[in-house]
Amino acid sequence: MIEQKIILQEDLDNIKRRKIMDRHFDEELTELKKKLTRTANLVREMISTSICALKERKEELMDFVLESEEKINMAQIEIDDEALKLIALRQPAASDLRLIVSVMKINSELERMADLAVNIVERSKELLKEPPLKPLIDLPRMAEIAQEMLDNTLKAFLNKDAEASRKVCSTDDIVDNLNDQIFRELLTYMLQDPKNINRAIKLILVARYLERIADHATNIAEDVYYIVKGKDIRHHIEDNKSL
Amino acid sequence: MKINQKIKTENLNLYYGNFHALKNINISIPSQEITAIIGPSGCGKSTLLRCFNRMNDLIENVKIEGRVIIEGENILSENTNLIQLRRNVGMVFQRPNVFNASIYDNLNFGIKIHRLIKERREVEKVIEKSLKDVGLWDELKDNLHTKNARALTLEQQQRLCIARVIILKPNIILLDEPCSTLDPISTTKIEELLQVLKKDYTIVIVTHNMQQAARVSYWCGFMLLGELVEFARTKKIFTNPSDDRTENYITGRFG
Repeated sequence: MIEQKIILQEDLDNIKRRKIMDRHFDEELTELKKKLTRTANLVREMISTSICALKERKEELMDFVLESEEKINMAQIEIDDEALKLIALRQPAASDLRLIVSVMKINSELERMADLAVNIVERSKELLKEPPLKPLIDLPRMAEIAQEMLDNTLKAFLNKDAEASRKVCSTDDIVDNLNDQIFRELLTYMLQDPKNINRAIKLILVARYLERIADHATNIAEDVYYIVKGKDIRHHIEDNKSL
Repeated sequence: MKINQKIKTENLNLYYGNFHALKNINISIPSQEITAIIGPSGCGKSTLLRCFNRMNDLIENVKIEGRVIIEGENILSENTNLIQLRRNVGMVFQRPNVFNASIYDNLNFGIKIHRLIKERREVEKVIEKSLKDVGLWDELKDNLHTKNARALTLEQQQRLCIARVIILKPNIILLDEPCSTLDPISTTKIEELLQVLKKDYTIVIVTHNMQQAARVSYWCGFMLLGELVEFARTKKIFTNPSDDRTENYITGRFG
């Protein structure tokens, strides 16, 4: 009996001495987050450059976007690879698991966003062959909001700020409305003169690409919310789902 | 969430002398599921498990307060028939504790003690069934009387211990670190066996192998310093625990 008591007391002391440890794993997770952030920053630059190139009609800017796509593709593979390695070797749980799984999802969203920036450039190059249909006002505004969404999502990701990520999701409606507005406006150009149809359709497509980019930013924001809170807010299911 | 509970504790406190080993434990363990209890060494998880079939009675100087209700009865009451209780709530330990006797005698022992069956042919049938239930029959059927149980591999011995428990037709099986002496393959086999057994029995497993708890259990309790910190579905504990202490433990930040 006495022997057992001593063992228990020793264990107790050991447990009390155990404070929150620094883990090597934390460094690996930080490195993974850094890689993702770098990719996100490049994607952000690609989006802003693609719209700027369209607005200013500068072909060399367009080439920057096309060249960057390859970097994003390589980074996507590298991040997925790293995340898979951590799952296999570290068997993460709880917030670590949520982070790694979400990083993989965010990674795919970013790659799709980069593809859309490339699509914008492809349409822009086609548009360069003809004189401008109209001065571009709403498209750059839309691009700006989409970029802001990505920016704020990234900040929320780095600061583990669930509320900020939720706000990003609500911004998506503004982009959707702008998309509709641009469509209606360009429709009038097409009705006015069939010669406008080719250029108008391309601009409608660009608006559509930006709308998709904002959707991807929203998806990332939802992932960030999940990382921080452990709650799934996709498709507004959080109210009727209990774990 | 409605749980069909099998074991319930109410304000359970346990002291080893002056040492407060279990602090106000309130837990409801659901029927016919596997429930895991995890926590660092010395957190009281084995002590809690031993409360469920009064194994702590064997230790001197133990004081227990509160209630442990199994199938509606407070088993801490003085009127509890301990032989009956331990037959109903079987236990498997860390190291397989087979008797130094043949496989057959190991299994027949409980039948004889509890005077369950007299007919020899009936005994053989029951032994065959228990060995089939734990997946040992095909391997051992030819040496039941000739082979000493100690000559079996550790995994086979542990299976035999489980067979020895289930031959008494318990409702609840308690397992205290049942795989800690086994290699990963044997561990997987025992875990597979638990999945088969859970449809007939309520299983409570104490383990400090978190991956094992994550793999085998449906409900999971985390204990620390004698407290039950969190009790929830295993999926929730391992993806989104409510308590920071649970989070820190399962992510390896301490323990």
